[in-house]
Amino acid sequence: MANANTPAEDGTLLGWINARFPLTRMWEEQWGKYYAPKNLNNWYLFGSLSLFVLVLQIVTGIFLTMNYKPSAAEAFGSVEYIMRDVEWGWLIRYLHSTGASAFFLVVYLHMFRAMLYGSYRKPRELLWIFGMVIYLVLMAEAFFGYLLPWGNMSYWGAQVIVSLFGTLPVIGAGLVEWIRGDFYISDITLNRFFALHVIALPLLLVFLVVAHLLALHEVGSNNPDGIDVKKHKGPDGHPLDSIPSHPYYSVKDIMGLTAFLVLFCAVVFFAPTLGGLFLEAPNFEPANPMQTPEHIAPVWYFTPFYAMLRAVPAFLGTQVWGVLVMGAAIVLLFFLPWLDRSPVRSIRYRGPIYKIALALFVIWFVVLGYCGLMPAVEPFKTLSVIGTIYYFAYLLLMPWFTRIDSHKPEPERVTYHAH
Amino acid sequence: MRIDRGLVLALALSLAPPVMAAGGGSYPDAGTDIHDTPSLQRGARNFANYCMGCHSAQYMRWNRLAADLGISEQVLEENLMLAGGKPHDVILSAMPAAQAAEWFGKAPPDLSLIARSRGVDYLSAFLHGFYADPSRPTGVNNTVLANTAMPHVLANLQGLQEAEYELVTREDGVTEQHLVGFKAGAPGELTPEQYDDFVRDTVNFLDYMGEPVKAKRERLGVWVVLFLLVLFLLAWLQKKEYWKDVR
Repeated sequence: MANANTPAEDGTLLGWINARFPLTRMWEEQWGKYYAPKNLNNWYLFGSLSLFVLVLQIVTGIFLTMNYKPSAAEAFGSVEYIMRDVEWGWLIRYLHSTGASAFFLVVYLHMFRAMLYGSYRKPRELLWIFGMVIYLVLMAEAFFGYLLPWGNMSYWGAQVIVSLFGTLPVIGAGLVEWIRGDFYISDITLNRFFALHVIALPLLLVFLVVAHLLALHEVGSNNPDGIDVKKHKGPDGHPLDSIPSHPYYSVKDIMGLTAFLVLFCAVVFFAPTLGGLFLEAPNFEPANPMQTPEHIAPVWYFTPFYAMLRAVPAFLGTQVWGVLVMGAAIVLLFFLPWLDRSPVRSIRYRGPIYKIALALFVIWFVVLGYCGLMPAVEPFKTLSVIGTIYYFAYLLLMPWFTRIDSHKPEPERVTYHAH
Repeated sequence: MRIDRGLVLALALSLAPPVMAAGGGSYPDAGTDIHDTPSLQRGARNFANYCMGCHSAQYMRWNRLAADLGISEQVLEENLMLAGGKPHDVILSAMPAAQAAEWFGKAPPDLSLIARSRGVDYLSAFLHGFYADPSRPTGVNNTVLANTAMPHVLANLQGLQEAEYELVTREDGVTEQHLVGFKAGAPGELTPEQYDDFVRDTVNFLDYMGEPVKAKRERLGVWVVLFLLVLFLLAWLQKKEYWKDVR
């Protein structure tokens, strides 16, 4: 029985499909007639860019998987086989390795956008939480993928990160053995990391991204003014200050994508290692359990948290405190919607305290990232400690300083200058 | 379109790599250029004559090398593939690894990726860094890699330079020898300038082997980026056209 929403067949192929599957309705609800505020600025490009990079990683990943061998004996050689003997294999591999870093870059900028304009505030708390889970899964995905080339930095990086779990009391040692599936990082570990990297986590990521988009299109996009556009609706029932995503945001996102691709391809073709930041020199040596690299550092997107880990000293005979601090740094971000008590959402109408505090937060996050790349010597040790204290102070004191801060009155309608 | 200055700044900051020295030290610029094909051809000759006896390059195929460097198959088989084999073979060393480990204490490393893991500057400094040291089994030592197991196979070209030490008395009264420089020892067949060229060509070739596609990648990249810039311009104009309706 056709329900009331099912359109009648009109003799076209699309009509035939629509009578059996809500194709047109889905397109219109999710994008075609999804009305978004007209004042979204360039910060809003990073959402669609994240989606593009996700697709890029999946497609290049499929082609890499066709030639990669997930075994300790063959993995390193198979990557070089891809780089040298597979048609365009070098390009596929560099797109994937650069894509990993690009993914984090656009996701960090996307998250920062949410902090600028208060996009996580009610009613978008669940949207933010889905986003945070995506970020968490992305970190796991990157970590598992990093072992696969089986270079020496892959090996020792995995060794360091897995051993963090060993600091947990009572269960630590058993947990580490369970993760590795062996008494050391071995062929078995590589195999299971491969399975998680190419099947389990990408599947989860796609599912979460769908949930993130559904939640967004349910509550509607925030905007740089942080005001509710639904308060002023036109006769057609759509907000006066909103425009349909297609064609307006379609063409804008295409523009953003091409700009992104210029930068992205410049890295892929001219500096795929980016001076050791995207691909590290020790990773061009095969994994060697007998020889540690001179200086072990995670890839740049983990280094702010790595710096926090190293900033916390061991006491009561255990290193677990650093691990807990690192975990808390991520967990606290989940609570951002409830930590922020300002009466306004957007940075445009907030007072000086929040503006300065957020600017310092960004600066210290970057400084922490830099310290995490460097050996644990001065001045990086002291800077890491100060940065860690600031990071937590910013989040934990947010309920207080957002409440006492002044704020400007929000406008009734969005700020938009037609060009 | 109004360019968001904060956005540009954020992008610039996040893309700027911190200054990092590969291999834990900084060395003089090797001065190599992978687009200089004659230099790569000379480097391939040097590699075949001086390196390949002990070192393999197990990810590098002979015929790929010949095609990339403009070497004919005849020249390849007669002048470079000194141990015979097929053109599609990879470059293997004549020396069995197990015996090599026994003779030198450590098997000579494969050189396919040595330029990527160590950097060209390191390799150039290493090949310039041998000096006479009678205390070592090989009779030489190296400023870059102390107590290296590698003998100075280029000594007949470079000659054997001798170390100049300075005696430094530490605060606790112990006297140490500090290496301050080299003085010419037994001369070699090449002048210092000729030896510099020899090392530059050889290291250039090692850089090529680390990533054979590098020169092609960079040539192709110019066109890719130019194409995308044009595409961006069109996408930007398209966006402006559509957004004229938005008031």
